[in-house]
Amino acid sequence: MSSVPVIGVLALQGGIREHLDALAKSGAESRPVKTSEQLHDVDALVIPGGESSTIEKLARKSEMLEPLREAIKGRMPIFGSCAGMILLADRVVGAIEGQESIGGLDITVERNAFGRQMQSFESGIAIMGIRDSQRDFDGVFIRAPWVLETGNGCEVIARISSGPHEGRIVGVRSDTMLATSFHPELTADYRVHEMFVEMVRNL
Amino acid sequence: MENEVSTGTGRVKRGMAEMLKGGVIMDVVNVEQAKIAEDAGAVAVMALERVPADIRAEGGVSRMSDPDMIDKIIAAVSIPVMAKARIGHFAEAQVLESLGVDYIDESEVLTPADYSNHIDKWKFTVPFVCGATNLGEALRRLTEGAAMIRSKGEAGTGDVSNAVTHMRKIRSEVMRLSSMSADEVFVAAKELQAPYDLVAEVARTGTLPTVLFTAGGIATPADAAMMMQLGADGVFVGSGIFKSGNPAERANAVVQATTHFDNPDVVAKVSRGLGEAMVGINVADIPVHHRLEDRGW
Repeated sequence: MSSVPVIGVLALQGGIREHLDALAKSGAESRPVKTSEQLHDVDALVIPGGESSTIEKLARKSEMLEPLREAIKGRMPIFGSCAGMILLADRVVGAIEGQESIGGLDITVERNAFGRQMQSFESGIAIMGIRDSQRDFDGVFIRAPWVLETGNGCEVIARISSGPHEGRIVGVRSDTMLATSFHPELTADYRVHEMFVEMVRNL
Repeated sequence: MENEVSTGTGRVKRGMAEMLKGGVIMDVVNVEQAKIAEDAGAVAVMALERVPADIRAEGGVSRMSDPDMIDKIIAAVSIPVMAKARIGHFAEAQVLESLGVDYIDESEVLTPADYSNHIDKWKFTVPFVCGATNLGEALRRLTEGAAMIRSKGEAGTGDVSNAVTHMRKIRSEVMRLSSMSADEVFVAAKELQAPYDLVAEVARTGTLPTVLFTAGGIATPADAAMMMQLGADGVFVGSGIFKSGNPAERANAVVQATTHFDNPDVVAKVSRGLGEAMVGINVADIPVHHRLEDRGW
């Protein structure tokens, strides 16, 4: 892998620009990906936050679901935040009728688990494996999902550290995939994106 | 380690709007419509009792919706639910917050409750979206605590011309500010009737500090694609969907056109066979005192 990997951001709906900026500031070249042709031209992909049911429908109608599954099977590194985490999960609790996930990450995710917008919150969290990991990361959780269980090959890298949801799993990774309940792209702290760029470089 | 958990922060409020970008927010008046909107790929629904076209047709004072109706829609869909409060009607906003809606639209589509003051939106945990016809108005709403801005357009008409005017106006004023030298920004703040710090921030960054959606008169996939090309971050569709011949198809088409706004082949494809669009009213035919764009100050 080249030292400056090309990382796409699935550009169907959601916080696309923020991921493009964060990746560019983390040592990658970033570009939007809307079609399967564009998917073939990137080394790795980010699935952004947004409305998971909307992104899934748009991906299906743009005939992107199968190419995305193929890419994951071919070990393309993928990072999903919030809605992206839901779309990467093998099992989703609270999905709307007919909603498919892309899958590939052996986890069970509960959609909108922390509640509605009134319960959206910020909280410092510890994340394993990022640079300077003893320093908390500002976790921004917006109608966020959490991970109910993890399966083979998935490592928990972040949990809620206090409050009513203490202990809930909000960050996981496997050898090629990374997923967070929160939105690192909404902060100016690029350590999670840097970790992903590092994963891409090391494959 | 003890970490503070903070709700209702600026980042959480504005971040919610960031996650709606590239999406379509649809007006719905009942559970059935809300489900059609969700199935079509709406990123959120706006629960209200009458769509703007009916408010225009029926006249009278238009107010916040019945809490029972909002509750039912919240229960029926899993996507975010927004609701409208009258301009300045902070008690309606308090009620909507207690119902647990995800966003409040302090909206000129309803009859204003206060002809001088808007709601002090900083007092709320729930975020607000407000309409604006120009940059000064947008920045005044942000000063009051709005976390998302939309163009006003002329709701309930199916005539997109005012939405175009407002979007072009806001974008051109932002560009003008960003080309100014520092000493000119002081006078610009005076002229825009907005706080200097916010004006200076826009001048420095060359962009509004929040998401800017478009609203008012969008009725077709091509309308949505045009507004996105003019720089909208996303689209509100009011009467345009459920006042048309085939709401489910049209809703889906507007969603597709909003995502693929820069691909005319997709917009052409989804525009086929949609049946009748809503019956339009030309903005020019509406008496000036019935126009919505002048509500809000």
